[in-house]
Amino acid sequence: MESNRPLPIPTPNSEPFWKGLANHQVTLQQCNDCAAWVFYPRSHCNGCLSPNLTWTEVTGNGTLYSYTVARRPTAPQFADDIPQLIVVVELNEGVRLNSVMINVAPEALIIGMAVKPVFHLQNSATLLYFEPA
Amino acid sequence: MGLKGRAAVTGVADYKNVRKYTGKRKFFLEQWAELTQLALADAGLSKQDVDGLCCAAIPESTMFAPATIAEYLGLQVNFAETVDLGGASPVSMIWRAAAAIEMGICEAVVCAAPGLPIPSHPNPPPKDPTRVYGSTSAKWGSPQAEYDVPYGNVAQNAGYALIAQRYAAIYGYDERALAKIAVDQRTNAQGNPNAVFYGEPITIDDVLQSKMIADPLHILEIVMPCAGGSAVVVVSERLAKKCKHRPVFVTGFGERLTTRSVTYAEDMTVSPVGPAAAGAFAMSGKKPKDVDVLEAYDCYTITVLLTIEDSGFCSKGEGTAFVNENDLTFSGSFPVNTHGGQLGAGQAAGMAGGMSQPVEGVRQIMGRADGRQIANCNAALITGTGGIMSEQSAIILEGA
Repeated sequence: MESNRPLPIPTPNSEPFWKGLANHQVTLQQCNDCAAWVFYPRSHCNGCLSPNLTWTEVTGNGTLYSYTVARRPTAPQFADDIPQLIVVVELNEGVRLNSVMINVAPEALIIGMAVKPVFHLQNSATLLYFEPA
Repeated sequence: MGLKGRAAVTGVADYKNVRKYTGKRKFFLEQWAELTQLALADAGLSKQDVDGLCCAAIPESTMFAPATIAEYLGLQVNFAETVDLGGASPVSMIWRAAAAIEMGICEAVVCAAPGLPIPSHPNPPPKDPTRVYGSTSAKWGSPQAEYDVPYGNVAQNAGYALIAQRYAAIYGYDERALAKIAVDQRTNAQGNPNAVFYGEPITIDDVLQSKMIADPLHILEIVMPCAGGSAVVVVSERLAKKCKHRPVFVTGFGERLTTRSVTYAEDMTVSPVGPAAAGAFAMSGKKPKDVDVLEAYDCYTITVLLTIEDSGFCSKGEGTAFVNENDLTFSGSFPVNTHGGQLGAGQAAGMAGGMSQPVEGVRQIMGRADGRQIANCNAALITGTGGIMSEQSAIILEGA
């Protein structure tokens, strides 16, 4: 089952993000023109469509924006992970991302709680998971 | 600006919703032909009247769906649209048809959404391994494949659960009110012999004791997939006069798309149906209090709750109190999804589930809703929802 896990396949544009995670760094794009933080990685800023984006390392700290506890696998490849703690985290920079919470009981999840990054090695990829800060 | 209310739905057709389909399997093209024939007969029109069509994707042809359908049915059309808005597609087909008719492009547009199983392939090609992700794109370069799928945020349940959980944190969560939506709609389904749950009423406790799928969503708050399919015919004012039933005019519409993944929504608890419904009301000159029924796309109970709030039937955060204070059944104070909705009648495959709401609104206004007819039904708000509150549309229907 593990080997079937769907993994991200970086694109030329997103490669710095995934390479950063492999080096245990969270990097985000920031727009040189309107200063917006951009996630997920893009060719153009989704605030102003400027192509002038710069990769910047951030702490990866944030808060829990929402979560669900999936009692049934959302896809067969996640059957070993039940219950899946599927979460949306809002990073301190204001961008949101999908993730998984670990090192926490489902009952202890509280929207708004502070979270910090965990660099989770999944097969050949490093995924950005979170745990309570 | 906008519609003048000069295009009307005058015919409808649908297949009976069934969970385990044992009838003859039919290609979507065959279902298109059958549903079109039935809807035209219902309206009192002939094939020669048809000069437009709105479809969603068909499994027989990944491109050129409208021309393929036109050719199969022997139609020559001035207007053809493939609408790619998920569950919102049917509602959006109807306003596009009405707009095209009011512009004088065409006079009779068939909008159909087949959903019966197609015949089994004699030499089935190998199964696509990404089909387990449902409507979530697993193609390389898709943001979903890269940032949703690896974390298990796949298909619909997780996304709607994230919305519901966030709603709970901000506004509080009365789980009995959410369950009551499913219960009242199930009561409505008892007046609809074509519903999959006809003959099976439920209680609030049944919902809350049903299996938890993704907190806080119980299985009875999630649609039951089924076989089915339906169609409508939208025509000009001139043709409407020739038709058999009370014409049901499309007097307003709105549509709004924001994000594909709800993770990036500006506020997960505020749905795009707000601007869509506001646009529809403004165009028709109606207010929420002026409609007699709400046929709201209902993939989940939370979708109905947010639709009630964001369409302006009550204030933000007051939805559960509103549901508790109102009887949502066809004979109640605020009828919602009088056919049972997709929660009570089943979600037919393809895009057909979202056609059930406009079809029911039309039947109510025509006075043809049999055992679930609302007394004096003259105006309806119909909504459609695609993806994870990604794209929503709304139309106002009014009887002549």
